[in-house]
Amino acid sequence: MAHVASHDEHHGHVDQESLKILGFWIFLVTDCILFATLFASYMVLRTHIDGGPNGKELFELPGVVAETFILLTSSFTSGLATLAMHKGKVKNLIGWLAVTVILGASFVGLEINEFTKMAMEGATISRSAFLSGFFTLVGTHGLHVSIGLIWMIGLMFQISKRGITAVTKRKVFIIGLYWHFLDVVWIFLFTAVYLLGVM
Amino acid sequence: MMQQEMHTEAHGSTKSYVIGFVLSIILTIIPLLLVVNHVLPVGPLVVTIMGMAVLQFLIQLFFFMHVREGEGPKYNVMALILGVIFVITIVGGSMWVMTFNSMVQ
Repeated sequence: MAHVASHDEHHGHVDQESLKILGFWIFLVTDCILFATLFASYMVLRTHIDGGPNGKELFELPGVVAETFILLTSSFTSGLATLAMHKGKVKNLIGWLAVTVILGASFVGLEINEFTKMAMEGATISRSAFLSGFFTLVGTHGLHVSIGLIWMIGLMFQISKRGITAVTKRKVFIIGLYWHFLDVVWIFLFTAVYLLGVM
Repeated sequence: MMQQEMHTEAHGSTKSYVIGFVLSIILTIIPLLLVVNHVLPVGPLVVTIMGMAVLQFLIQLFFFMHVREGEGPKYNVMALILGVIFVITIVGGSMWVMTFNSMVQ
């Protein structure tokens, strides 16, 4: 938490930055609760297919596994970006953020592809309670990733303009936390939705 | 580039990220193989893959998010523990209470 702060000399300013990081941790906890409610409704409704398709018929594991590894790798590269930042390497920092954005964009692309395929087969959000729960839960995660991408691109511009300062340091650290958090949510999605679904 | 980074070991370093990454990949492949090959009966299988998801969550937390780093009281850890309690209560509680649904009908 005081990660970024502890290596800075301007102490008054620093406390402000580490407080903002704590604030972001609290946001992540509330976001956890959002996902928990969506998880809860999905888990309760997953057997309510109303004569429509179930997970076993709909989910295509190869695509989902690809998404999983892409997101996992992007979580790793965002970690490398944070590392480059701590070493003061602006070019590497922007480079790793760019790699993370590309991976994140391919994840979102694959997910949109998966969703359209399902919708074309008639498995739309209004087909059954199971599919409403599914699209809301997975879609909310995809939306989080998409927002993260826009955020990350904006941050890359800011870093290229201002370099690594106490403020941009905090911002990179926070988006790293956000990105790892999204990976954690995806791990549970992968396990509870897809693996349990095809079982 | 990677080798360059290996020299300085501050902030958990590249090493901890690589270890976390490799462990995460392993913990993704094992449940996948277990499910695809139908090795275990359903009950133990569900427990195993959920257990591995939780393990991977802890790996992200310690190797990537550096949850314990920094000085002073760990308010972020306290917030996180509270969050975990909320999540377990909401998800576990909902699933448990809805198992009574069939009795009502």
